[in-house]
Amino acid sequence: MGIVRTQDLVYEYIRRDEEGNVEGITTAVDHVNLDIVPGEFIAILGHNGSGKSTLAKHINAILNPTEGTVWVDGMDTSEEEQIWDIRRTAGMVFQNPDNQIIGQVVEEDVGFGPENMGIPTAEIWERVEESLKAVGMYEYRKHSPNKLSGGQKQRVSIAGVLAMHPKCIVLDEPTAMLDPKGRREVIRAIRGLNQVEEITVILITHYMEEIIHADRVFIMDGGQVAMEGTPREIFSQVEKLQELRLDVPQVTLLSYELRRRGLDLPDGILTAGELADACERLRQKNSGR
Amino acid sequence: MSIILDHVSYVYGEGTPLEVRALDDVSLQIPDGQFVGIIGHTGSGKSTLVQHMNGLLQATSGRIYFNGQDIYDRDYKLKNLRSKVGLVFQYPEHQLFEIDVFSDVCFGPKNLGLEKKEAELRAFAALRSVGLSEELYYQSPFEISGGQKRRVAIAGVLAMEPEILILDEPTAGLDPKGRKEILDQIRKLQTDTGMTILLVSHSMEDVAEYVDRIIVMNKGKVMYDDVPKKVFACYRELEAVGLAAPQVTYILHELKERGFQVNTEATTIREAAETICEAIMMEE
Repeated sequence: MGIVRTQDLVYEYIRRDEEGNVEGITTAVDHVNLDIVPGEFIAILGHNGSGKSTLAKHINAILNPTEGTVWVDGMDTSEEEQIWDIRRTAGMVFQNPDNQIIGQVVEEDVGFGPENMGIPTAEIWERVEESLKAVGMYEYRKHSPNKLSGGQKQRVSIAGVLAMHPKCIVLDEPTAMLDPKGRREVIRAIRGLNQVEEITVILITHYMEEIIHADRVFIMDGGQVAMEGTPREIFSQVEKLQELRLDVPQVTLLSYELRRRGLDLPDGILTAGELADACERLRQKNSGR
Repeated sequence: MSIILDHVSYVYGEGTPLEVRALDDVSLQIPDGQFVGIIGHTGSGKSTLVQHMNGLLQATSGRIYFNGQDIYDRDYKLKNLRSKVGLVFQYPEHQLFEIDVFSDVCFGPKNLGLEKKEAELRAFAALRSVGLSEELYYQSPFEISGGQKRRVAIAGVLAMEPEILILDEPTAGLDPKGRKEILDQIRKLQTDTGMTILLVSHSMEDVAEYVDRIIVMNKGKVMYDDVPKKVFACYRELEAVGLAAPQVTYILHELKERGFQVNTEATTIREAAETICEAIMMEE
């Protein structure tokens, strides 16, 4: 059984007017079935309002399904008495690091989670140390979070979740408010967690460059999973992505443009190196003629 | 008609151990009708810089001239400056507050002391120029999508008919299509009206695609001030200060290293595709 599984998950918001009368119902998540294998790196993409954040909030039991079921490591999220176990299993990191950091000192902030769980003090310190090392923030352990950059703050938030020893981390647009350097740092830390610590990662993002390392990509549209596949399978469908209001990485877009101009390049090129390789092969083929 | 910054510095907590030079001896000129991009990592001074241009922050030292007048002169009316230099903050939709979209956009011009009718005409024109569909004009600004809210907020500033429009990360948090729609609309506004536009951005790809000139801020100083091609040619230096060039720059350098005769100055997809096609044809 997968670490995160959903079956016919439906979530409906009831819209009300100022007097509280029901105006209508919006289906934010519409019959979604997921089965995520432990250790997988999953990316979820979709335009604003496609239902991806609503879906993510179900994994952490912040929202409960209107219909269908969500299991986290075998636990049904609608069962109230398991809520703390579920949140310990699937940690969540949000978009704005300033809303998630509460400690006056970095290490204190990271220790908050395990302390709240009633972990003995000596072990808390061990966990704080290993978590900060995993995200590359150990040397900042005595700093005030207020003085850190956005990327550093976000890595502290991730360490805070990590210290609770989750099996799965859900990140809801963790890089949306960061500059390019901050984005690189955070993505590197997330990949490290997945590859070294073997934690299941569910990354929700707008940035296409961030998902090329994912094992599987889900694209949400109108509350449903509109596309699913490896990054290469997804990015070879440039027109369909544009229809769904999404971009493709510039490398893929450039390859698409070159193919349109008649160059014989393969589908779904994801990195600069791959494009250069393809151009070299083209050169060899041409000179061999 | 232009903005001139003459040796402008802005220091927080001067004389204390926590002194920070947010702007450090910045001199530059923004002529009329230019589309300027301002880039820099978080904390490099770009937001501080644009907040000086409409008098929200006052320089610790140095002078700022708007249309030939010193804005720090005792008899200079800052209110006048603020109606001429419109500033759209980050996440401007947080500032929407009226009962419907149209009233929200009317607020600015009314506040300038214009008559109701004139204010309403301007609001209509502003909403049209951001491409918001008419059926949304009388909806609550809280019940429309993120991209639509962003447009309403921009319209609110445009309704004051500024000569210069400054946008501080206008596309942050929007999806790719929403980003492109807003930037296309801004470019159209610029070509139609000749308005001067300053775009503060984190996205190198967006800046490469849209602007005529890039100002790179680093540690409160102007690090580069040139056309995009020239600025992105220094991509290694940009990386050293936490920025990057557009992805196509890296692709073209990779190809060049492998012996393709490509022009590494191309910064947009279209330019890159042209130079790569030419390079491969040449080989044949």
